[in-house]
Amino acid sequence: MRRLVAMVAMGAAMLALVACGDDTAADDASATAAGDSSAIAGAGPARGGSITVFAAASLTDAFAEVAEAFEAANPGLSVELNFASSSALREQILEGAPADVFASANESNMAQLVDAGEVDTSEVFVTNSLQIVVPAGNPAGVTGLDDLADDELLIGLCAEEVPCGDFGRQALAAAGVTPAPDTNEPDVRALLTKVEAGELDAGLVYVSDVVSAGDGVEGIDLPDEFNVVATYPIGTVTSTGDADAATAFVEFVLSDEGQAILLEYGFGQP
Amino acid sequence: MNRRRRPRGRAPWVLLPFAGLGVAFVALPLVALLQRTPWSDLGDLLGDPVVTDALRLSIVSAFAATGISLLVGVPLAWVLARTTFPGRSLVRGLVTLPMVLPPVVGGAALLFAFGRRGLLGQPIYDGTGFLLPFSLWGVIAANTFVAMPFLVITVESGLRSADQRYEEAAATLGASRWTIFRRITVPHALPALLAGAVLCWARALGEFGATVTFAGNLQGRTQTMPLAVFLALESDRDAAIALSLVLVVVSLAVLIPLRDRWLR
Repeated sequence: MRRLVAMVAMGAAMLALVACGDDTAADDASATAAGDSSAIAGAGPARGGSITVFAAASLTDAFAEVAEAFEAANPGLSVELNFASSSALREQILEGAPADVFASANESNMAQLVDAGEVDTSEVFVTNSLQIVVPAGNPAGVTGLDDLADDELLIGLCAEEVPCGDFGRQALAAAGVTPAPDTNEPDVRALLTKVEAGELDAGLVYVSDVVSAGDGVEGIDLPDEFNVVATYPIGTVTSTGDADAATAFVEFVLSDEGQAILLEYGFGQP
Repeated sequence: MNRRRRPRGRAPWVLLPFAGLGVAFVALPLVALLQRTPWSDLGDLLGDPVVTDALRLSIVSAFAATGISLLVGVPLAWVLARTTFPGRSLVRGLVTLPMVLPPVVGGAALLFAFGRRGLLGQPIYDGTGFLLPFSLWGVIAANTFVAMPFLVITVESGLRSADQRYEEAAATLGASRWTIFRRITVPHALPALLAGAVLCWARALGEFGATVTFAGNLQGRTQTMPLAVFLALESDRDAAIALSLVLVVVSLAVLIPLRDRWLR
């Protein structure tokens, strides 16, 4: 009997171990914005010239470069980046996560934080439109939105709970297409990864994602009349420990230098 | 099983505060969850097809993963506990790897192995058109990958600590190896087997990272409860809390009776 107790105790300890493993996964995921968003990776308290920027998953590559340029322009200031879906970040900030700046992929998540008093004001800093993404070489021969209704193809969309899924469904509805998705991915990067790996034939993502994925994928433009343009607002979080640095970062993003970097990554100017 | 009554030990005082802390640490988040639960909307939420689909898929895939783990994991545990062969410690380490591997990484590895462009997945897909990802089989595969080590380790340690004299006696009386395994080894290891199966099932039921990465997320096909909870959290916190509560109730309903009966 004692052995059993010991065994169960060991098992329980292992469950705990795996729970830790999950955390690591979440950290990884938000660092690469691949999926899980329950973690606040590297989000230390904003003190001593370090600010934490919570940014939408679709900004992953662009903001990494923006942060580098900002640090180069402001010696002594360092930027910690935490990427996840905008809605997950909104939830984390509402629960008191130590963010100094929030950059959202849609207006509604920002509006909810403004209403809650977590952000004073926000400003649109980029726009982003949608593109159909296919693996390099377009093996399934996808040509347009109609193909996303093809049951024979493996189609991925973003889940409708996250902005790219919401916009994607708006575009499909405008074109009168009822999609046949095989998966509704929890964030845009997870979707992109599966298309890039060739496990999906097509997905609906932002132009900026297609640009950042490089040679692994190809983008197919949507007709302008169906495309949905997302506007990205940015603002400083009211509870920031370093309002000056946070404001400086926002101003840098809106500056010519910041905008030039964002344009390179496929974003549009507001 | 030795059920002879022993005088109930009184715990050394010094243990009690720590034990209390342990209970509180687990109980408090649960209480917080209950405190935030939107009780009045609960009925509507539980009838929602999103919830019933997810619950069905979670339960089916957790039981299937436990079944596969028993089928493969018990023989594996026996080999690890009772035989010696070169590279055994390597195999043992390999078997427990999914416990420490971040589940998202595990899911990606599964995709690279069994996806239609994967190491083994491509020949299978080209030959038969069968595809693991984006199907219930994919969910079961992801669950099994993550949960089986709990069974293997528990059963292995049960077999290791079992008294082997009965098996030796049976062998001298002429029983075949298969008969010994069936009539002596398994009954002796039964408590460990059940403990392992329960841990495996519980881990599978809560699986998120590997599932979403490998099998994707589609209501009614691959969306299990943890995935539904995660997405509900994106849009509707009340629904997410209610869903979590369902998951908690289902797991407790299975774990409490089993634990009382078998895991003492």
